[in-house]
Amino acid sequence: MNNGAVVRLIDVRKTYRTGDVDVHAVRGVSLDIARGEFVALMGASGSGKSTLMNVLGCLDRPTSGQYFLDGNDVSSLDRDQLADIRNRKLGFVFQNFNLLPRTTARENVELPLLYGENRLTNAQLRERADRVLAAVGLQGREDHHPSQLSGGQQQRVAIARALINEPEVILADEPTGNLDSRTSIEIMSIFQQLNEQGITVVMVTHEPDIARYAKRNVMMRDGVVRDDFTVTERFEGTRELEQIRSTSDEAS
Amino acid sequence: MRVGATFNVAFRALRRNKMRSVLTALGIIIGVGAVIAMVGIGNGAKSQVEQQIASLGQNIIIISSGSTTSSGIRTGWGGAGTLKIEDAEAIRREVAGVTAVSEEVISTTQVAAGNQNWFTRIYGESADYFDIRQWPLADGAPFTAQDVRSANKVCVIGQTTATQVFGNENPLGQILRVKNVPFTVTAILNPKGLSVQGVDQDDIVIMPYSSAMKRVVGGTTLRNINVQVADASQLGVAQQQIVDLLRQRHNIRAGRDDDFTVRNQQEIADAATATTDVMTGLLGAIAGVSLVVGGIGIMNIMLVSVTERTREIGTRMAVGARGRDILTQFLIEAISLSCVGGILGIIIGIAAAKTIAITRHWPALISPMSIFAAFAVSALVGIFFGFYPARKAAALDPIEALRYE
Repeated sequence: MNNGAVVRLIDVRKTYRTGDVDVHAVRGVSLDIARGEFVALMGASGSGKSTLMNVLGCLDRPTSGQYFLDGNDVSSLDRDQLADIRNRKLGFVFQNFNLLPRTTARENVELPLLYGENRLTNAQLRERADRVLAAVGLQGREDHHPSQLSGGQQQRVAIARALINEPEVILADEPTGNLDSRTSIEIMSIFQQLNEQGITVVMVTHEPDIARYAKRNVMMRDGVVRDDFTVTERFEGTRELEQIRSTSDEAS
Repeated sequence: MRVGATFNVAFRALRRNKMRSVLTALGIIIGVGAVIAMVGIGNGAKSQVEQQIASLGQNIIIISSGSTTSSGIRTGWGGAGTLKIEDAEAIRREVAGVTAVSEEVISTTQVAAGNQNWFTRIYGESADYFDIRQWPLADGAPFTAQDVRSANKVCVIGQTTATQVFGNENPLGQILRVKNVPFTVTAILNPKGLSVQGVDQDDIVIMPYSSAMKRVVGGTTLRNINVQVADASQLGVAQQQIVDLLRQRHNIRAGRDDDFTVRNQQEIADAATATTDVMTGLLGAIAGVSLVVGGIGIMNIMLVSVTERTREIGTRMAVGARGRDILTQFLIEAISLSCVGGILGIIIGIAAAKTIAITRHWPALISPMSIFAAFAVSALVGIFFGFYPARKAAALDPIEALRYE
């Protein structure tokens, strides 16, 4: 039934009650995301994209409608079951990184493993964390604290943390919002590499330039999907970086 | 989630805030330390009192002269002079299980030898007295039953009296003038030190009661009769027999008050230790208050910590921590702080009690029970004061927590 759709939303609605007024943040979104896609969820603030992201991230339950993640209906699970789903099937990357302060990069990356089902020794935790850190290019920085890392490096640690449990989907909420343009491209190029390895990525952004690194863009407005198209002139992270490098070489 | 991993998480969190962890634990360290030290000192004082009471001798019944009420006038113990030598003889003869009896008269007076004189207590006793009190002699021989019968002018003196009157001379065989009556010193007592009431027990002259009554105190009545029974189990029966016997001898009709008081050693000990128990309780209670304050310190810090770490809690929840995991983590943090504080507090408390014991010459008795209790209480303090902040953390909504600035 899922015909390869790792995420399937069927008429998902989310209504908040604030005082006497109902706020319809999401008013009926149906969406299929296939395995291996790279989707940018776009829209102005108040368009409902963040609410939809919370539902996708199993941080919040839809008021009505169904959400199938990897073929399982997760729209009616309780708090603890959602926590397990988040642990096993999802990886989060946040705008403000959300790394634990005064904690080494390695320990930050180990965090999801501590809440997983498998019992791992400290040596196993370390080995797995170091492997994903190396995969995002942070070899040698395992023992650095977040305060000793640049913004881009902190976001790489966060990506490593999202990867460690080999999730079905990586959810990135404005991952480049706190980064300069060049570091943003670096981070997008990491997402593209991961995507090429077959990992599904869903990213919220309001920057059209950043959305062009994705394969597919979903535009939201007033709680519904307004537009859904495949990106034609895609940016390549590696190529963009090379261009920046060569232009700065010419300038010097 | 596994308990081991939760411990891991909690310890990592505590390590991240070393200074704060130490300061928080300090409240418990001081609280537990104070309880251990105070209760130790209180128990030490109590044991000293008990030792002193035991030094009265074993299985002792003390009959004191004087009624609690005599025609509406209360005279106080020994004041009425109702005990006769014959009463003591009758007890010796008729009460079962009695192994020794000492008739006792007490006075204070000036004694002198050579050009030295000294104000001291005079105890008139029977020859059994030294056995009853289990008071060995340092040197010489005690007076005998024959000395008592003949009212010989002999005496045994305590260390303090010996030093004050005879200085460095050996008092044995020397003459000690008591109210200008010359007594020959036949023995010196072993030192016993201060009593619980702070009286120097070695400042004493002990002589046959017959001599004391005839030559020093005057009168024909006894202050006390000290009775020793063979076995502790006989104390109650013997005490009752003595009361019955004396009421009969003193012609006291049923319904009238005794004109004497009979106490056994246990009652004296109970009365004395009741005081130290109150002291121990009071010290312990004051120390306990500081333990509670320490607990509130933990709660305060944990609450601050939950607020400060809201984003961290949100992150943990986002990567799969359940509410229960968060609750356990914060609870373990609180309990770890209070238990580590408890252990350090026990060590510091013992050290403090020992230091006070050594410098103030005050005994300190640390019972394993009080150590165990202090540790259990500190763990409970952690659970009790840690639960509310932990529950607050666990109930956070992950979306709100992640957004928290």
